Amino acid sequence: MNTNVNHPSKPRKSALVLFIHKLGSPPWFYAFSGKLIPWLWLLFGIMTAWGLYLGLVKGPADYLQGESVRIMYIHVPSAWMSWMIYAVMAGLGFITLVWRIRITEILAMSSAPIGAAFTLVALASGSLWGRPTWGTYWVWDARLTSELVLLFLYLGVMGLYNAIDEPRKAARAACLLALVGVVNLPIIHFSVKWWNTLHQPNSISFTGGSSIDASMLWPLLIMAIAVKFYYAANLLSRARVKLLEQDLRKAWVRNVVPRDLPRVGPDVVHRDRGN
Amino acid sequence: MSHLPFIWAAYSVGTIVLLWCALAPLVRKRVALRDIRRLIQLEERHLDSDS
Repeated sequence: MNTNVNHPSKPRKSALVLFIHKLGSPPWFYAFSGKLIPWLWLLFGIMTAWGLYLGLVKGPADYLQGESVRIMYIHVPSAWMSWMIYAVMAGLGFITLVWRIRITEILAMSSAPIGAAFTLVALASGSLWGRPTWGTYWVWDARLTSELVLLFLYLGVMGLYNAIDEPRKAARAACLLALVGVVNLPIIHFSVKWWNTLHQPNSISFTGGSSIDASMLWPLLIMAIAVKFYYAANLLSRARVKLLEQDLRKAWVRNVVPRDLPRVGPDVVHRDRGN
Repeated sequence: MSHLPFIWAAYSVGTIVLLWCALAPLVRKRVALRDIRRLIQLEERHLDSDS
């Protein structure tokens, strides 16, 4: 008798659904992400080298801003990443709160420091661009202030997560804060339209025409893609470490510890016993 | 005003922050692996003393 007949009322799970199910398994996620990370770093390195070569070596200076326009190739991708990572973090936070999936909560919490780093780079590089262009490092302009609020939101999410001892409770509280903070994203994006700001309006539009020359647009887009590989590689690295830290006493973790690690001294073992 | 110092400063800040952000999980991983190894050693010693 043939037993391999698919019942019509039970459709076979698609490869994508199976893949998502597998991602939820910590040992599988740890192994899979470990293979992916070196390739992501490699792609980041190649794209960054290419983008910076086109932007800093081959690209022209701006007729109005002069050489300072070259700061754009780090400032704009960082600013875009700061918004994108927040949106991703909030999306993962929503999934965490609704479906309580552990891996999404780990990914959400691992996104926060990377997002904060990009926000810091965007603010610092923007400030360094502002001095020769506007004549000042900082103004309490709507775009700059809302971006600073974004940094505080990232720091708030990180602080809340680290303030609660139980990691799953901590992640849920931090995810809720991340969701509330989403309201800041449209404020940042539309700030240059809603208010009369010193920060110029968006030069690049994916729906209409961009007011930026192709010789500057291409390195900018390449850098924008490069930082996405950075985010992916860094996010997976952080998620792997969080998994190790949380599953310290689980059996699967014992199998990933390299056998050639140096033995720990007796003083450290004694300290551990004292706890 | 020369723009070069501002360009250098912007890329230096970006490099330092992103490098630190990339290296931080590697340091934490070393610590986590050391803790796991320590736990394994503790369990091995307990097993030895029990037997």
